[in-house]
Amino acid sequence: MRNPLAVIKNGIIDENPTFVLVLGLCPTIATSTSAINGFGMGLAATAVLMGSNTIISLIRKIIPDEIRIPAFIVVIAGFVTVVQLLIQAYAPALDKALGIFIPLIVVNCIIIARAEAFAFKNCVVDSFFDGVGIGLGFTMALTAIGCLRELVGNGSIFGFQIVSAAIYQPTLLIILAPGGFMTIGTLIAIFRHLQMKREEAKTGKISTFDGWKQLDACQGCALHGLCGGGNPTVPCAKIEAQNAAPAAAQKGAEA
Amino acid sequence: MALLMLLISSVFVNNILLTRFLGNCPFLGVSSKLETAKGMGIAVVLVITASSVLTWASYEYILVPLHLEYLYTLAFILIIGALVQFVEIVLKKTQPGLYKALGIFLPLITTNCAVLGVAVINMNEHYNLLWSVVNAFGSSSGFLLAIILMAGIRERIEQNVTMPKCLHGLPIGLVTAGLMSMAFMGFSGLIK
Repeated sequence: MRNPLAVIKNGIIDENPTFVLVLGLCPTIATSTSAINGFGMGLAATAVLMGSNTIISLIRKIIPDEIRIPAFIVVIAGFVTVVQLLIQAYAPALDKALGIFIPLIVVNCIIIARAEAFAFKNCVVDSFFDGVGIGLGFTMALTAIGCLRELVGNGSIFGFQIVSAAIYQPTLLIILAPGGFMTIGTLIAIFRHLQMKREEAKTGKISTFDGWKQLDACQGCALHGLCGGGNPTVPCAKIEAQNAAPAAAQKGAEA
Repeated sequence: MALLMLLISSVFVNNILLTRFLGNCPFLGVSSKLETAKGMGIAVVLVITASSVLTWASYEYILVPLHLEYLYTLAFILIIGALVQFVEIVLKKTQPGLYKALGIFLPLITTNCAVLGVAVINMNEHYNLLWSVVNAFGSSSGFLLAIILMAGIRERIEQNVTMPKCLHGLPIGLVTAGLMSMAFMGFSGLIK
């Protein structure tokens, strides 16, 4: 068993799902229109993550390897339904604001990725705290983006007017669809710049990070950023494995 | 006429990628070449249209009669997963050429939120079978249109060497998507 605080810190900072792993873009763009929406979505995903990580870790020894992904999805869908019913009952306003994105937590890559990369390999307590950490990391990122968009687009944070309309004319575009894409694109660029600067200061060499390669290799894959692929030398661990398997089989046949 | 309006609205006005934010991961990740973008787009059209029929039927004839409407998330995702697997097996056996072109995209589609999203939208709007299929076809054609446009733009952006390194890849892709989304906002006048 690991130190729970270290596992939580890992989820919030070292493996932040939004800024470091860049997973689950759709809900991030769609629900960060205001601070409260982002916060609500983050908490809903946290609840699902905690539940699904715990249960998947509990039953990991009896799930056959070949059908683990469908098994994960069934467990996750069960928790999503529970969370959805709770939100409908106790927070109808939030239910209305998030709408279709609550059932879509099922296909959120963050949750499947954590099940595959962490809960399937670690003990129950660690998996629970990993769910808490990653969930809080997601919540904090969504709330921060939500605050930024709400402040620029409406002059308020959590519904409280910060800048008066007399001095600042709000830029509604940031709250609308195009603003979502641009805000998150810009934030990821800033984050990458800092990461590359840190790497260059550490190694003293110019960073070899290639954004285009990484985008081709990993976006759209549920294991994005976790499998060790995505750097210039290994574009995709999965394709490498696929290519290696027939070659190995052929060698075996020849022998 | 109303059906035509629905089709136009789902392709342009409520474009599934740029206005509803569904299916962004493949939109940005599989758009490096026009060819792959086309393959992904066509696979999505096939799967979304077929799944809309199946999810509609299962909702109307299984979930509603049994009063299990609240289990729709679980039912839909299982149907979509099974459908994708089924399409993959059938294509592999009967159409090896097509499988070679589309096969690698199929597993990605199961966890594509656009497929589940369209099924849930159809259910929330209480569309009948015909309307569901038209909405699904329109939405997925919107996906095809957007991903092909994106691939065309990306082939040019990648030539740009003066761009700061931190913008390469995902960040500039997102900003481009934002600009495209702004252009698509112009279509909102088409439908009242």
